[in-house]
Amino acid sequence: MPSLKDLRNRIASVKATQKITKAMQMVAAAKLRRAQTAAEAARPYAERMSVVLGNLASGITVGPETPRLLAGTGSDRVHLLIVCTAERGLCGAFNSSIARLARDHANRLMAEGKTVKIICVGKKGYDVLRRQFAEQIIELIDLRSVRQLSFEQGDMIAQKVLARFEAGEFDVATLFYSRFRSVIAQIPTAQQIIPAQIEASTGSSDAVYDYEPEEGEILTTLLPRNLTVQIFRALLENAASEQGARMSAMDNATRNAGEMIKKQTMTYNRSRQAMITKELIEIISGAEAL
Amino acid sequence: MATFTFELVSPERVLFSGAVDAVVLPATEGDMTILAGHAPTMTALKTGFLVITSNPGNGRRILVRGGFADVNQNGLTVLAERALPAEELTQDILDREILQAEMAYDATNEPAAKHAAESAVAQLREAKAALNF
Repeated sequence: MPSLKDLRNRIASVKATQKITKAMQMVAAAKLRRAQTAAEAARPYAERMSVVLGNLASGITVGPETPRLLAGTGSDRVHLLIVCTAERGLCGAFNSSIARLARDHANRLMAEGKTVKIICVGKKGYDVLRRQFAEQIIELIDLRSVRQLSFEQGDMIAQKVLARFEAGEFDVATLFYSRFRSVIAQIPTAQQIIPAQIEASTGSSDAVYDYEPEEGEILTTLLPRNLTVQIFRALLENAASEQGARMSAMDNATRNAGEMIKKQTMTYNRSRQAMITKELIEIISGAEAL
Repeated sequence: MATFTFELVSPERVLFSGAVDAVVLPATEGDMTILAGHAPTMTALKTGFLVITSNPGNGRRILVRGGFADVNQNGLTVLAERALPAEELTQDILDREILQAEMAYDATNEPAAKHAAESAVAQLREAKAALNF
């Protein structure tokens, strides 16, 4: 049986923890609003981009001249997984569910005898994956010093990926991130980015396009940009998802702390009363004995 | 005057969406004006001012840095890599943009990219002069 002082200390410490989780929840809520606006603002660009790309690609027959970013290298032996996670923990299952999706994907590919290479964006995914894939991880991109995500970060990552692609280091690249649906629902997603997945054209445009400069030239500049846009979008979706996940995780933690305080206070009061009763009995029986 | 739908989107946000009379694009092979009923066209953009006219004599200038324009029967869509409305431009922003463009110029050795970066620097300097900084 813990003493009254122990119980008091325990209650105080749970209360302090609750204050922290409560504050973290509020901070996450404020950050979420900003991240969500940013993610939603970036969606139109990414959507238009795939429409434009779809229009363009539908008019092109795949041949030896087609850029490799669209047609692929002709093999799928080496796979690159770009795993985007958060830089910080305490956000529920957010990091682990992305890492799990990536791990399953990597295991499946390796079982098929493919070579797997991993680029980690964000420290948390790296921490989880390095235990199993220490040899496969070729790079860790740290975004901890970045306060506000901007297009440059997406561009920076895309350039690194492109440089490796040009050097022939991999054939297929897949991007792992968490799509933000709502505060309580974040969907870990795997998206193949090289070779580019083209959505079928809406079919509305049978018209003959004028290209300026040449069709192929536009395509060669458009494809790397599409890569940047997809990565940038993944980063933004991830940022929003992270805050959403943290918010609900911290909400749960606050609620649990509240329950714990209630239970502990009950025990504390019970043992305090028991103590008083015991003392009373002692006094009364002492008086009776006289 | 006939109008058409015009959308200007940058990765960060949608800058313009609505019906306009004419749009002047800084296309890589020279400026071009898009009017209603333009033939389907796709063109790359260089650094320069994009001018939106929604009423005669009433233009809005937006500095774009690279991107694409897609004209089809649904209207004109411009995907700008960076877009800054003229009224939001300050000397600081322009100086930073010029510095970035100069760094891009120094960083590359390919003649085509070098040329693109060079013209971007020239365009930005011109923009700075035009805005009287």
